[in-house]
Amino acid sequence: MTTDAAGLALLSLLLPAISFLLLGVVAPFRRTGRPAAWLSILFAAGAFGAAVLACRAQGIAGEPTRLIWNWLPSEGRALATIGVLVDADSTIMLVLVTLVALLVQLYSIGYLSDEPATALGRYYTYQSLFAFSMMGLVLSPNFLQLFMCWELVGLCSYLLIGFWYRKPEAARAAVKAFWTTKAGDVGLLIGIVLLWRQAGTFDLTDMRAMVESGALPVAGLSLITFCIYLGAMGKSAQFPLHVWLPDAMEGPTPVSALIHAATMVTAGVYLLHRTSWLFALTPDVLLIVAWIGAFTALLAAVLACVQDDIKRVLAYSTVSQLGYMMAAIGAGLSAAGFFHLLTHGVFKALLFLGAGAVIHGVGSNDLSRMGGLARKMPQTALLFIIGTLSLAGIPLFGGFLSKEEILGAVWAHGLVGPFILLMLVAFLTAFYMFRVVFLAFFAGPVPVSVASSGSPAHVKASAAHDSHAHGHSHEHDPPATMLLPLWTLGLLSLAVGIYFTLIAHALPVGEAEHAIEAPAWLTPSAVGVAVAGILLAWLTYQRRAIDAASLAGMFGPIRSAALAKFWIDDIFTFTFDVVLLGFSRLVGWVDRYVVDGLLNVVSAWTLTAGDRLRMIQTGRAQDYVYGVAVGLLILVLWMRWALA
Amino acid sequence: MTGFPVLSVMTWAPFVAALIVMFFARHKPLLVRWVSLAGATVSLVASLWVYWEYDQAVAGFQFHETLSLVPQLGISYLLAVDGISVLMCVLTSIIIFAGVFASWTVKERGQEFYALLLLLVTGVYGVFVSLDLFVFFLFYEIAVLPMYLLIGIWGSSGYVQPQGIFGWAFGRTGVGSKEYAAMKLTLYLLFGSAFILVGILALYVAGGSRTFSFLDFQAMTFDPTLQSWVFLAFYVGFGILAGIWPLHTWSPDGHASAPTAVSMLHAGVLMKLGAYGVVRLGMGLLPDGTHQWAWLVGGIACVNIVYGALSAMAQKDLKYVIAYSSVSHMGVVMLGAATLTVAGLNGSVFQMFAHGIMTGLFFALVGLIYEKTHSRAIFTMGGFGTMMPGIATAFTIGGLSSLGLPATAGFVAEFLTFLGAWSSDHRWWLFPGVVGAFLTSIYVLRVVRQIFWGTKSEDPHFQNLPDAVGTEWVALGILVFVLVLFGVAPWIAIAPVDTATVPLLMRLAGR
Amino acid sequence: MGLAHYLTLAATLFCIGLFGVVTRRNTIGILLGIELMMNAVNINLVAFARFSGSVPGMVFTVFTICVTVAEAALGLAIVILLFRVRRTVSADHLDLLKG
Repeated sequence: MTTDAAGLALLSLLLPAISFLLLGVVAPFRRTGRPAAWLSILFAAGAFGAAVLACRAQGIAGEPTRLIWNWLPSEGRALATIGVLVDADSTIMLVLVTLVALLVQLYSIGYLSDEPATALGRYYTYQSLFAFSMMGLVLSPNFLQLFMCWELVGLCSYLLIGFWYRKPEAARAAVKAFWTTKAGDVGLLIGIVLLWRQAGTFDLTDMRAMVESGALPVAGLSLITFCIYLGAMGKSAQFPLHVWLPDAMEGPTPVSALIHAATMVTAGVYLLHRTSWLFALTPDVLLIVAWIGAFTALLAAVLACVQDDIKRVLAYSTVSQLGYMMAAIGAGLSAAGFFHLLTHGVFKALLFLGAGAVIHGVGSNDLSRMGGLARKMPQTALLFIIGTLSLAGIPLFGGFLSKEEILGAVWAHGLVGPFILLMLVAFLTAFYMFRVVFLAFFAGPVPVSVASSGSPAHVKASAAHDSHAHGHSHEHDPPATMLLPLWTLGLLSLAVGIYFTLIAHALPVGEAEHAIEAPAWLTPSAVGVAVAGILLAWLTYQRRAIDAASLAGMFGPIRSAALAKFWIDDIFTFTFDVVLLGFSRLVGWVDRYVVDGLLNVVSAWTLTAGDRLRMIQTGRAQDYVYGVAVGLLILVLWMRWALA
Repeated sequence: MTGFPVLSVMTWAPFVAALIVMFFARHKPLLVRWVSLAGATVSLVASLWVYWEYDQAVAGFQFHETLSLVPQLGISYLLAVDGISVLMCVLTSIIIFAGVFASWTVKERGQEFYALLLLLVTGVYGVFVSLDLFVFFLFYEIAVLPMYLLIGIWGSSGYVQPQGIFGWAFGRTGVGSKEYAAMKLTLYLLFGSAFILVGILALYVAGGSRTFSFLDFQAMTFDPTLQSWVFLAFYVGFGILAGIWPLHTWSPDGHASAPTAVSMLHAGVLMKLGAYGVVRLGMGLLPDGTHQWAWLVGGIACVNIVYGALSAMAQKDLKYVIAYSSVSHMGVVMLGAATLTVAGLNGSVFQMFAHGIMTGLFFALVGLIYEKTHSRAIFTMGGFGTMMPGIATAFTIGGLSSLGLPATAGFVAEFLTFLGAWSSDHRWWLFPGVVGAFLTSIYVLRVVRQIFWGTKSEDPHFQNLPDAVGTEWVALGILVFVLVLFGVAPWIAIAPVDTATVPLLMRLAGR
Repeated sequence: MGLAHYLTLAATLFCIGLFGVVTRRNTIGILLGIELMMNAVNINLVAFARFSGSVPGMVFTVFTICVTVAEAALGLAIVILLFRVRRTVSADHLDLLKG
């Protein structure tokens, strides 16, 4: 029975790989578009089925199992292996990944219906590759495979953000995402190399056994865990490497739902959760994780409040929620972070797909061009509100318990500072999300400064769909292939919320470490804060009882700083354009004109010397005869002198 | 010697093809190509057969072939391969096989071009399989010299703006022209081979002037002082070919001026001769010298990695970008070797292979782009992805391998090198290596974005460009396939290499 | 008359020829100078053969005279060709040997 779970997981992993190979290698089939898409969806469905079965089999067996093969032989042993490691966490994550991947692929059929067949084929090729890599990451039994899949999902993210590669913004955003995450990956790579030297293995199971038996030397471990955290920082968009995620919204919306909300960006959290036993040895690093997490959450929440692009609001909210998860990990209760990861994966995918439906209908990302959509697309509105309530952490909805757990963990761990930040974030989250809800679905656009004063860069009319920009004729609920995923995710987040609010009231994952007694006032105050946020949004944007402009005016400097994204992007741009490119130009110049210049000086001297010496070659035979005669004479004289 | 002389067949098949091309295929361009292809195929099959039949359990040198040439001086024709050279032979055969396809469209003097190309390949094979140092050197020279003609006749010239305090010297030497590049490359490499010859002769004399055999030298122990300077001679001599800083400047000019197949072969295989020479002769014969100079080799390699990557970033000419990336990647090769660890040396050899394939792919692609656009200026191009999706895909895969993305061969090589670097005596080597990989991701993706992504260039020359066709696909397909195959299944290369590197390092440690 | 007299004569003749070769501007003159030097050598050969009593010296002289004839013919032919190509036989203008 035990190998069954691992075997099923492996099957689940290989299905998208097969679909990727089919689509990637058989170019004529890929170019057919829709058939290729359905093939990919079919394989994704198979992967989802296998993942569910694997999860059940794992639940029955209980014990973690793994299947590994020698990947890099060295000195007759295996330097590194590949395979699958199946345990409670990896299977539940596998189910989430395959589910969201399946739903997003299904949804994309409708969303990308106007794309040419070749582009659609390309899209599904990338999607299959992504599903495979993400599952490989989730199931990886060692650091090396994890890193490899980590980079591959980064690649898919790059390719999918740049799906509309003709758009300069998309091309920019794609490389920005790649470079920023790669900068974090440099840390991760260093961390893995250092850890390998320290532990002598890449294997998670073996390493955990070493940690538990105390065989792993702790000296220098802080550096290693910090380096690993750097990787997570890049991937999970923690300050200051969060800059790529909002820009990544240049990709198609389903991609944002899958990669930049539900799965890939949470890989960093997943990594830290997987290695929480390692991080537990380095409390100083955990403290950094918690503070940066809480700070990121607040920063992103503030930024989300001033966005006018519906996708960017969601993007910043993702960054913010990732900060939440990181804070939980920093507080030592990684299970809470992981739980939030799962629920967040469901409701944030729902929100993004809902936003996609809105964008598909309206033909624009801009909130100021929406309004009153609840009447035109009622199902979408209902589902979007379910997602929003989940995100706000209202009881009976998906995110309630997981958020509670995180706040409880942070408080119990004595991290008062991060706790206050996170409470503030809870308020802001409810506020900015309901701002979107009211602006898009209920009241019409606010005719005053809030809507129009957004920085022009954010107002990208019809950024996603040029073909939809012609009018509002699409403003109705989307077709069935798009609604089905929405309903699935909506009902799932409701079910999760109801189950955990009323029945379980405890973490479904994690182990005995969950023994934190949250204070009794926590739940009421957290919910109260969220409700206050909703109320403020309602008063401002629905009732218009509070003038949005004067509200904005109250936070003048913060608001203008937030509109400038706190200048973090500018710092990066400056570093890249001026420092790095400038330095590279200097090196290039030195290479060409100094290193090579010296060489050319030597050869120029040689040429000149040759020219000078050439003067004595007159080319007249008589001069040479002179030379011979004089030389002979000298030789004769010298011989006489020498012999004498 | 028993059995079928497969190594000789592999080595001389291109030479025989070159002779046939020269004497029997005058004015028959298609026949020239088919004969060359046949020669390349024979050596490809032979090298794959050698790889397949190589007994990893036994390890050491296999497929011996011996033929005494000048017994009075101890010179003999002695061929054999171990795990490292097996992989290098496979690399050579793949590159020349793809190279024949990549130069299918050479118009001017096709016959001589193919003959010289094949002659060069014979030299390369010879270096990888000879165990007699005299014959080794002979083959080395054969591999180096045809390059002068290949670049001088079929190359392309660029333009370099004279600047700086040494500006006057640029006009004097004709920087930028193909003749300059050919001359620079040849002089540099001959300068290097002088060092190598001196080193070989020093060993020969110190060994009693009886033998040139590598195996005999390996059994001897040389005086540490002698080892020290002979190692240095080998390092400088071979290192020039491997593009060590600051003796690398022949490489960008040479590779930028050379025709497609020649760049492929030169950056893909010939630069590996240098690294191979350092590993085989330097580390294989001179353990004391190796230990004494490892810090220098590794330190320079670190400079290579970062400096090469930064220089590549500054280039505006596509071929120069690729050429400087070679300088950077050869740094990884030398770094891996200098770590004197199993992981590092395996990584080094693997990087020789991976870089050979990826740079071959790159130059093939640049050749195609140049053929279609007649331009190499990166920043005038844009939005080619729509017109040439195949080339864009192949370029992206090559680029990803170059920046060390997993599931391509480049990752395995770099990762092993990094492991080795951190395990070596000089741990800090890890950091330049990792930074180099990051910088590579910047300049490679920047180029990809500029050329293939974004809005389409308005330039009238860049409209309606065709994608790769026919024979070009064969070249690209093979290289991309190999690049991914060795990234997904690295054990097929690492397993034989490991059988050679482990004994080598044990010998080094035991000195 | 001893050997020294013959050798002195030959040396004088050689020097006159050499002087002619290096000073004449006309290519024909240079050729004449070369002939003189050649004949000086011939005198040496004959003188040595006479005084050492060996026949091969004589034979060699005959052989040299034959060669000289051929050489003179060849030289003149070259000069004529040169004249046709360059319209001059002045040695000052014949500097193609320079690098």
